[in-house]
Amino acid sequence: MVAGGQFRPMKILIAVTEVAEVEDDFEIEGLGVAEQYLDYDLNEWDDYAIEEGVQLQEAGEDVEVVSVTIGPERSEETIRMGLAKGVDRAIRVWDDALEEREELGVETKADVLAAVVEDEAPDLVLTGVQSNDDAFGATGVALAEEIGFEWAAVVNTLDLDPGGSVASVHRELEGGVEELTDVELPAVLTIQTGINEPRYASLRGIRQAQSKEIAPKSLGDLGLDESVTESPITLTQLYEPETESDATVFEGSPDEEADQLADLLRETGVVEG
Amino acid sequence: MTVLAIAEHRRGELRDVSFELATAGRDLADATDGDLHLAVIGGAVEAFVDRLDREGVDVIHTIDEGEEFNHDVYVQAVEALYDEVEPDTLLMPNSVNGLDYAPAVANRLSLPLVTDAIDIEHDGGLAVTREKYGWPPAEGTDDTEVRAFDADIDESAVRSAVTGFQEVGGGDVDISEAEVLVSVGRGIEDEENIALIEALAETLDATLSSSRPIVDNGWLPKNRQVGQSGKQVTPEVYIAIGISGAVQHVAGMKGAETIVAINTDSNAPIYDLADYGIVDDLFEVVPALIEEFGGEPPEV
Ligand SMILES: Cc1cc2nc3c(=O)[nH]c(=O)nc-3n(C[C@H](O)[C@H](O)[C@H](O)COP(=O)(O)OP(=O)(O)OC[C@H]3O[C@@H](n4cnc5c(N)ncnc54)[C@H](O)[C@@H]3O)c2cc1C
Repeated sequence: MVAGGQFRPMKILIAVTEVAEVEDDFEIEGLGVAEQYLDYDLNEWDDYAIEEGVQLQEAGEDVEVVSVTIGPERSEETIRMGLAKGVDRAIRVWDDALEEREELGVETKADVLAAVVEDEAPDLVLTGVQSNDDAFGATGVALAEEIGFEWAAVVNTLDLDPGGSVASVHRELEGGVEELTDVELPAVLTIQTGINEPRYASLRGIRQAQSKEIAPKSLGDLGLDESVTESPITLTQLYEPETESDATVFEGSPDEEADQLADLLRETGVVEG
Repeated sequence: MTVLAIAEHRRGELRDVSFELATAGRDLADATDGDLHLAVIGGAVEAFVDRLDREGVDVIHTIDEGEEFNHDVYVQAVEALYDEVEPDTLLMPNSVNGLDYAPAVANRLSLPLVTDAIDIEHDGGLAVTREKYGWPPAEGTDDTEVRAFDADIDESAVRSAVTGFQEVGGGDVDISEAEVLVSVGRGIEDEENIALIEALAETLDATLSSSRPIVDNGWLPKNRQVGQSGKQVTPEVYIAIGISGAVQHVAGMKGAETIVAINTDSNAPIYDLADYGIVDDLFEVVPALIEEFGGEPPEV
């Protein structure tokens, strides 16, 4: 929201991640799902974070939007999606030491992102509420604490004057209640789905994204070493929960299935006809 | 081991997750003959203590600071209490507010963090997995020690302020009143296909509801959303069509009398809950069902 007056340059850093989606039928190999059952996509929540950042850029005069991803080379595909939607440039952090971990802990991600924040000095950091694969929901807030920024989690409305020093947000609580909160900048906001309508990348955007910078960085480039990958948490087992289903499944052709369901619905007495 | 669990409240009410935390905390403390400490930070602390003062709670700490949740206050208060109580395990709710302070507390105290824990076992360390509900004793006891604690909050570190609350999802329909709900999820693929589910609802004289992505996409208004951040519903019949049954969705509809699922994926978690299911394409089954009741399915 632009309220007129003086504009101050602003930098927005958006932490985005690719996520693994598992096919309906899959197999577990060791501590993970076997690679052939995985598809990779941009994290659903991050798509909304990107849109929010790009909208602020469009509303302001001098707003730079940079994305940062911790991920292997494969993730450049999803990083480009953000660049095609209007993100100016991207940073991708990866390292053999990160590759070796089965799962990156919250503190590892927070430490790595903190080093990027130190380099970039953004006014605002946006992340998704959670990633749809790990669903930890903790990186944004841990990062904020690490770098001494203020924060708000699960934001579904953001009002920010690009010259201003306070973001007015709604936090989406349980049961259809929203909390209205003022947050001092610099801040980290974790963005909830539904906050905006993520755009589709235009052909022009996709073309332009090809020439935008994705700067690769190792831990060493960020002044970090392998010790940031250490975690007191160890993944010991991944298993598919026994299905507890005792549902009666109607079988046959769609017509036969519908027929049986119709009988059931009539029996309950709540549906007539 | 000593367990410290942090209660949750909002707008003058203690939230049920506080009791789930206390139950989990008691189990964990029992495994090692340890103590369970609870903490109430802000709000109507005395009234909350009365409700939390149950058998199995050893100490309740009260920090009378502010009316509503503020993460800057909570982080400082929990840090101070942590130094005072020196617990082995800290339990915080996996709620929207929990996610707003637990990661910061863990980072500040350099403690490992696991969110969304549904089971915690002591095995020397902690093995974290599966869900537990409920709170056994119904009567209060008065042998719990209540300690007022001065967390010495640094006000200058409080850089966010709650200015109000807002109810969303009002309007003409109240899905929580409906006897029969026909609920649509992302399996519907396109906005224009919603007409199919609408036609089914109309034919059955039922009310139309949905999972969250449908509302996020703007295909249906907020007041149709079932789930954690939408409405809780308890209809006689809930027909979930193209809905996977994510925890946040299930939180809103597990109280339905009869649950019917129509979903192509027989492994979808909705089938753990469903009483009846059709593992088939909704675009085939729904038109057939509309015809069963004498309706005319729209072309989609
Ligand atoms: C803080 C927070 C709060 C949330 N609150 C809510 C909430 O209040 N309510 C809510 O619903 N969600 C909520 N969510 C989102 C939730 O995690 C899930 O993302 C969401 O419920 C998924 O919706 P869905 O089942 O419609 O979609 P999906 O999970 O994508 O499921 C679609 C299903 O359709 C099936 N399908 C596909 N095609 C067909 C076909 N042709 N025929 C039959 N079946 C088909 C698929 O097999 C799949 O199971 C929340 C998330 C967070 C983080």
